[in-house]
Amino acid sequence: MWRFILIGMVFGVALTQGEVVSWYRITEMFQFDSFHMYGVIGSAVVVGALFLQIAKVKNWHSVAGKPFDVFRYEGNWKRYLIGGTIFGMGWAVTGACPGPMFILAGAGVWPILVAILGGILGTLAYAAVRKHLPH
Amino acid sequence: MEILTAPWPWYITGPIIAITMASLLFAGKRFGVSSNFQTLCTIGGAGRLSDYFKIDWRERKWNLAFVLGSIFGGTLSGYVMRPEVHVDLAESTVAKMKEWGIENPGEGLAPAEIFGPEAWTDPWALVVLLAGGFLVGFGTRYADGCTSGHAISGLCSLQLPSLIAVVGFFIGGLLVTQFVMPYLF
Repeated sequence: MWRFILIGMVFGVALTQGEVVSWYRITEMFQFDSFHMYGVIGSAVVVGALFLQIAKVKNWHSVAGKPFDVFRYEGNWKRYLIGGTIFGMGWAVTGACPGPMFILAGAGVWPILVAILGGILGTLAYAAVRKHLPH
Repeated sequence: MEILTAPWPWYITGPIIAITMASLLFAGKRFGVSSNFQTLCTIGGAGRLSDYFKIDWRERKWNLAFVLGSIFGGTLSGYVMRPEVHVDLAESTVAKMKEWGIENPGEGLAPAEIFGPEAWTDPWALVVLLAGGFLVGFGTRYADGCTSGHAISGLCSLQLPSLIAVVGFFIGGLLVTQFVMPYLF
């Protein structure tokens, strides 16, 4: 477990120091006023995609010798577009996606706990209605 | 030291996010934070309410440990490395935020009007936080992923559903920024 706590810590420090957890930066991103957030997400995707390509060519495995556990999203576009749009609205309002919500609590922005509670309620609501939603 | 305590540029933070994903893959896991909402509900006993929560949360303990670590990281950065934050925003953003009614755009990590200590006694701030969080929880579970699962893990592995989800993120975010933000403060 310690290794996951350590990886999480590096992630939490990087997102706070890089201001990714800042409501202001997310709003600025949705205004297209600054390159900062596009640089963060863009460089993460480029470096991460290169890593996965190299891993494929070099046949890298997990430390336990298994293939990388890359999740494969399947099915129809509906859930991704509608669910994504709903999440995007919440992301703009709270200025935080799930990772930063928890990181902000650690950084002392206590009212974000109310948003985390909202996230849990939203999850319960999704479970309750998901059979009636297009997927 | 100053290089650690100053705000980190995008070309440091972005690659560290990729390293986070790579580290989790090497550890035999995958990078995705929003599934922890489901795990927390399961631990709270929500399995009685819906099959959606009938999962073995012990298999996901590592992800809760990751979140715990990220909370510690937030504490280290927020209290030790950079306790006084002023976000150096684009001037046009600052002007817009003042127009919306934010008094000190860029002060702290988030505007005091909603995220400051006064929020606890401000019913409107609590409603905004609860509703925003609700949309995040509902939306990420519906889309089966958030920024880490779709925008990072999914786009890095060149998956079309993740690109569609990210387009959705921006549709939702732009709608709120254009039409809701002026009434939030």
